[in-house]
Amino acid sequence: MDGMDSILEMRGITKTFPGVKALDNVNLKVRRGEIHALVGENGAGKSTLMKVLSGVYPHGSYDGDILYDGEVQSFRGIADSERAGVIIIHQELALVPLLSIAENIFLGNEIDRHGIIDWPTTFARSDALLSKVGLSDPSSTLVTNIGVGKQQLVEIAKALSKRVKLLILDEPTASLQENDSQKLLDLLLEFKAQGITSILISHKLNEINRVADSITVLRDGAAVSSLDCNTETIDEARIIKDMVGRDLAHRYPERTPQIGDVLMEVTDWTAHHPQHPERRVVDGVNMTVRRGEVVGIAGLMGSGRTELAMSIFGRSYGQNISGQVKMNGRPVAVSVVGQAIAAGIAYVTEDRKALGLVLDETVVKNITLSNLNQVSAHGVIDDSAERRVALDFRNRLNIRTPSVFQKVGNLSGGNQQKVVLSKWLFAEPQLLILDEPTRGIDVGAKFEIYTIINQLASEGKGVVMISSEMPELLGMCDRIYVMNEGAFVGELSAAEASQEKIMSMIVRGRLQ
Amino acid sequence: MTSVSSDKLERQKSRASVAVYLKTHIREYGMLVALVAIMAFFQFGTNGVLLKPLNLTNLFLQNSYIIIMALGMLLVIVCGHIDLSVGSVVGFVGALAAVMMVSYKLPIFVTVPVCLLVGALIGAAQGYWIAYWRIPSFVVTLAGMLVFKGLTLALLEGQSIGPFPKSFQALSSGFIPDPFGGENLRIFSLLLGVAAAGGMLYFGLRARAKQAKFSEVEEPLGFFLGRNGVIAVAVVFIAYLLATYNGLPNVLITMAVLISAYTFFTNKSVMGRRIYAIGGNEKAAKLSGIKTERLTFLTFANMGMLAALAGLIFAARLNTATPKAGVAFELDVIAAVFIGGASMSGGVGKITGAVIGAFIMGVMNNGMSIMGVGIDWQQVIKGLVLLAAVIFDVYNKSKGES
Repeated sequence: MDGMDSILEMRGITKTFPGVKALDNVNLKVRRGEIHALVGENGAGKSTLMKVLSGVYPHGSYDGDILYDGEVQSFRGIADSERAGVIIIHQELALVPLLSIAENIFLGNEIDRHGIIDWPTTFARSDALLSKVGLSDPSSTLVTNIGVGKQQLVEIAKALSKRVKLLILDEPTASLQENDSQKLLDLLLEFKAQGITSILISHKLNEINRVADSITVLRDGAAVSSLDCNTETIDEARIIKDMVGRDLAHRYPERTPQIGDVLMEVTDWTAHHPQHPERRVVDGVNMTVRRGEVVGIAGLMGSGRTELAMSIFGRSYGQNISGQVKMNGRPVAVSVVGQAIAAGIAYVTEDRKALGLVLDETVVKNITLSNLNQVSAHGVIDDSAERRVALDFRNRLNIRTPSVFQKVGNLSGGNQQKVVLSKWLFAEPQLLILDEPTRGIDVGAKFEIYTIINQLASEGKGVVMISSEMPELLGMCDRIYVMNEGAFVGELSAAEASQEKIMSMIVRGRLQ
Repeated sequence: MTSVSSDKLERQKSRASVAVYLKTHIREYGMLVALVAIMAFFQFGTNGVLLKPLNLTNLFLQNSYIIIMALGMLLVIVCGHIDLSVGSVVGFVGALAAVMMVSYKLPIFVTVPVCLLVGALIGAAQGYWIAYWRIPSFVVTLAGMLVFKGLTLALLEGQSIGPFPKSFQALSSGFIPDPFGGENLRIFSLLLGVAAAGGMLYFGLRARAKQAKFSEVEEPLGFFLGRNGVIAVAVVFIAYLLATYNGLPNVLITMAVLISAYTFFTNKSVMGRRIYAIGGNEKAAKLSGIKTERLTFLTFANMGMLAALAGLIFAARLNTATPKAGVAFELDVIAAVFIGGASMSGGVGKITGAVIGAFIMGVMNNGMSIMGVGIDWQQVIKGLVLLAAVIFDVYNKSKGES
């Protein structure tokens, strides 16, 4: 009887974005008062599903029904879902750093009389909420002055202030230390005792095993399994298999690797967080890349892959960076971007809009930006030479644009990515670090990007490929490093690598 | 049959590309049309006084310093910053020149280089904090505005200093000599105008031919001829009008040289291109190996030097340095750049746009004064024109995106 009472049933949820089916007929059933874990790879659709539930994607923009608290709901926005008691806490905390804890808790929901805030009540109620989540700091403390773990607790206190019935936590422990994580999980168990239902999105299977009553595994936008932890014992291997157990959905162009001498060697590379100097974001990484080799770096978001690449590329990330980079056996200086480029390194960013392109400028001007000296004499740009370069890359990489004078902001994601690649190929690097080179682009364009990568390798360049899509790494790379919490936790050759092995290296982390 | 239809298709395509071209470049043509329309309006409203040679000469003299500063301000704004201190720098440098030349009797060939250098140093000092310490330019130059306004007062001890030597006054109010000795028509001035128009056409055609050799030409031929034709006719016509008075003013030559140089710099130089990239996306520029700090620093140093030049010209025109010189100039300069289509967020803007923007402001000032519109309503109208120009920009952009 109790087991049948579900607080939430999502039935046949389908959500499509232009060109992509993010969710495909997903069913999710959450019983009242349980802790329900939602697991899956990056891009499996967990966050999308939760955004559908919380009304970020309003009713009507998806197919299927949401049955919550016995009624079919049609949330039109977060305000609607919050009124119904569904509160989501995102991975990136949504607190205002320079306001106090109390102000943050009641932000948008202030306790007031005719527009005048009632401060005594605000602080009193905040303090009461804080004691519920086990936080002893006074509620007048500024949020910027407390650590990430405590900020997470403030978010939860904020949720409690809204009379939460269903609490959704999106990777709450991703940025927490071990003991903070434990505290948070204890809190969830306490809430469970008080009758609050939680949905926990997490990659950490040991945590899930500890607190979850049931588990739903999402893969490629579909719910592939629902497991009840009370009736059966679930081992990690089973979950991992469900998470990754697909055939290689995409095809990868054929390549016969011709691997040459060592091109780049990174030894003992360490970098610290730019704001929190005590945090090691990259920790003693050793890496080699040979000519003609495609080397993958696997890991979850936040594992330090981008930070590793950017700290090598002209110290574009972090502080107190130490370690050595050798190119062709000789140590090279890489402490400013210009030096890194001169040493033959190119970094193709994961965030092409924010870090890779000048969106308001034309294709021509973006392509030549990294190497303007090549198309100029005495500081004066030769328009003809510049356009020749752009037309050449348009043909070579098949950039689909009506004209090379088109603003890159008007191109599709795949073609923007080709412009970024052109820009870096024009700098004539020996080694390319490609950070999520196929993120947000359609399948056809992905294949073209893969072909370009293979061609670069066959020209004797070294390629480092950072990707969250494991099949992509398995399909493209000759060797894969596995990264977790800033350190390399494993290295696999193409022959021995499998999604299960990578995933288990990640979830077991550094204990290995 | 097929050839006919493909021909038709080709024509449709070219018509579509003309429409696309017009749509993406509506701003530039719109500016020119607006300037011509405003001039026509005032020409009519002032019963022809606006384009009388004497008034036209005055128009150039009155606006030269705004236009010169707009060149530097365009770079500053394209780079993603703002400089509020230029008006105070104008006053300060004018005062410095007066003290050097009038009080200390230093010769002009010492004073002018020193003043330009001081301007560059002032710009560099502000640019240093902005570029290397990442202090917002609004704050740094607001401080600079107060500092140099105060230093102007201190230097002049609250008095006006003048008059300047004749040779210095010629910087602003002199005219180029006429070797042909034309009494009623300064033939040399007219010839210079014709040469300038011819040169513009020649270089435009040459660039076009070069472009056509290996890729598609961006601008349809009709537009190219129309635009350049109108500009060439206007240049020759203005040169003719000025030639019937005293000829081309010296300051117009200075301005023309600077406008050409900065147009070239922004369109063709590596440094210019990089400044646009910084304003468009500073992080991407930095990750492309561009030394963003150094370029930002130099942009401000350049602005300071141009403000100093404007200060010298302004002082020479008034023939005295006053504590009030340069007050609120920064507002006219910034307005000119924004009317000219530069984007507040950086990365977008053209020298020609800023110059046209400055002329729109100048013609409105001049025309409204002649028509007897009070200073109160002049400001209201100028403010509304600025707002309308920017709204037009934003509207165009949002339409383009949807």
